[in-house]
Amino acid sequence: MPRLLPYLLLLPATAFLVVFFLYPFLLVAIESVTRQGAWSLANYERMAGHWKFSAAFWNTLLLAGIVVPIQLALALTMASVVTGLKAGRATILYIFAIPLGISDLAAGLVWLAIFEQTGFLNSLLTGFGLVERPVLFLGYQNPWAILLAIVLAEVWRATAIMMVILVAGMGLIPREYGEAAEVFGASRWQRFLRVTLPLLRPSLQTALILRVILAFEVFAVVAALGGTQFPVLMGETYNWQFTLQDRGVAAALAMVILAISIAATLVLLRLLHVPKEART
Amino acid sequence: MKPRHLLATALAGLLAAAPPALGQALFWSTQAQPIEETQAMREMVLKGFAGGVDYQAADGGPWLTRLQAEVAAGRGTIAVLGGLHGDFASVADALADLSDVDVAGVNANMVALGRLGGAGQKYIPWMQATYLMAASREALAYLPEGADLEALSYDQLIAWARAMAEATGGPKFGLPAGPRGLKHRFFQGFLLPSYTGSMVTAFRSEEAEAAWEAMKELWRWTNPASTNYGFMQEQLLTGEVWLAFDHTARLADAFNQRPDDFVAFPAPAGPKGRAYMPVIAGVAMPVTAPDPAQSRALIAYMLAPETQIATLRATNFYPVVEVGLPADMPASVRASGPAIAAMTTAPDALPALLPMGLGALGGQFNQVYVDTFERIVLGGQPVRAVLDSQAEELRRILAEAGAPCWAPDAPSEGPCPVD
Repeated sequence: MPRLLPYLLLLPATAFLVVFFLYPFLLVAIESVTRQGAWSLANYERMAGHWKFSAAFWNTLLLAGIVVPIQLALALTMASVVTGLKAGRATILYIFAIPLGISDLAAGLVWLAIFEQTGFLNSLLTGFGLVERPVLFLGYQNPWAILLAIVLAEVWRATAIMMVILVAGMGLIPREYGEAAEVFGASRWQRFLRVTLPLLRPSLQTALILRVILAFEVFAVVAALGGTQFPVLMGETYNWQFTLQDRGVAAALAMVILAISIAATLVLLRLLHVPKEART
Repeated sequence: MKPRHLLATALAGLLAAAPPALGQALFWSTQAQPIEETQAMREMVLKGFAGGVDYQAADGGPWLTRLQAEVAAGRGTIAVLGGLHGDFASVADALADLSDVDVAGVNANMVALGRLGGAGQKYIPWMQATYLMAASREALAYLPEGADLEALSYDQLIAWARAMAEATGGPKFGLPAGPRGLKHRFFQGFLLPSYTGSMVTAFRSEEAEAAWEAMKELWRWTNPASTNYGFMQEQLLTGEVWLAFDHTARLADAFNQRPDDFVAFPAPAGPKGRAYMPVIAGVAMPVTAPDPAQSRALIAYMLAPETQIATLRATNFYPVVEVGLPADMPASVRASGPAIAAMTTAPDALPALLPMGLGALGGQFNQVYVDTFERIVLGGQPVRAVLDSQAEELRRILAEAGAPCWAPDAPSEGPCPVD
């Protein structure tokens, strides 16, 4: 019996995943390649033929391409600072992680309250007499302003998740390596580049994969700040499912998101490959 | 026992253990979603129904998903459905026939809409509304000379919006063009039919081109933040906008909070008439209703004159049966009532009905008009090319639905043509 015990203990979680994840996923996959009961690629054709699709596709990639590197740099900095602290570490960690406790829609609304025409930023600017009347930042004429606002909101909201993973990873690196490098005269920056970063690879991999996939699924923040003016894949999926009531095309879009998520994961796995003998 | 059987048994056990219905009728509705309205529905409208009613308001998507799930499962808890004509159009098969409900007091045209193009009575008209223009007192000073508020034209509206923009330094006309705004109704039911006398058939005609050119001109003097607006009462109350078009229920707060500051008046007229779109909400019973007798009783209760007046107070939707309105109605009703009457009885009035017979394609039909707007007006794409490409999409939708024309388009054999 003890030999089977681990499997028995895993059974509930596995069953849960199979019933509530794998099975619906299969249904979506099948839905995306059927139309009125027959196998067909019509859903993909309609999806790709819609005038907003390519904008949504490239916006999603652009957003991930801007947000993730910024978050990586910030998360590495924050994690290094937190790891180096002697006192008050837990407090700082909690403060950094506050945005994690907020839903992404709430985060979007927080930033909407700032950037709106009647928002805090406009009150501030008019209060100081810098502008005569409230400025419309998030109008359809300024797609770059919408992009900037979304990037700000995303960086603010989701950097902490990377930081938490990286802090844990840095804690696993034995101090001796850094001390040895210091003995040989390596500067702080050299130690970070040559010792911390390479040893951090496994955590970096996890953090990046998680963040990139979440970046491809960005939805609520964009909906709050950009409305329909900044189409992204997830928003279009929602739109096809609920507004246009075409589940086939919605399923096709979901498969596109899955495909780019898998592609990004494979690339990251390859780039940050940790050799077997180096695994601890 | 195999694990699979174990799982099945466990699931069956869970289902059997689900709490039994409490005897309250579940009223599953897309209407009265704002929490104050939901609360008013519960406390003012439905309190008098014996046995109690659990009124739940949801967005169209979740509303539909739950209904479909219950019908697919073959058993459900929803007693009565509330929704707009368009909500029901996509789920006709899920609705029980209500031909035996007494609808003697209800306008026959509305009752006919409730058949959804089939033989059975799929929903019973419940309440109605339309769209209106609203202006603040400040705006009236800029009304173009010779313009009559009760009989405005689109050219005069554009001149008015322009005069305000030029005098105040910022555009003061607003459209609900945000994601939750009802801009598509403005294009389908007001702008296009006013210029073309048609909603569908003349979609890519020269008159339609003129309509969109007028729209572009109007947009020059429209507050560009309109693409974020959902309920124009908000912008009217903050003063961001002085002149607006919206659904009566979405203007009501402005009149109710500051009755002396705002006026309501009919939508403008174009070369082909003063097009307007009536909105009809109905109540229906899903085929899976747990207690059909109770559901029918609730539907009959919704049509009673006292309930209809209470519903008007709660939701700003007007009765569908003849009732004498008491004198103490909210300010929004007192403001909108005469404007609606002036619009619907105007000599050039041109009713444009809600899309009919489109089924689940209603959303895609609306999207054609929204996309046309976004491409021509926001994206600055050439009018002719956009109309041609969107007409293709419109044709596909109507052919797929097999929907014949509805007013103001002339009746058609087979799918409504797009010339």
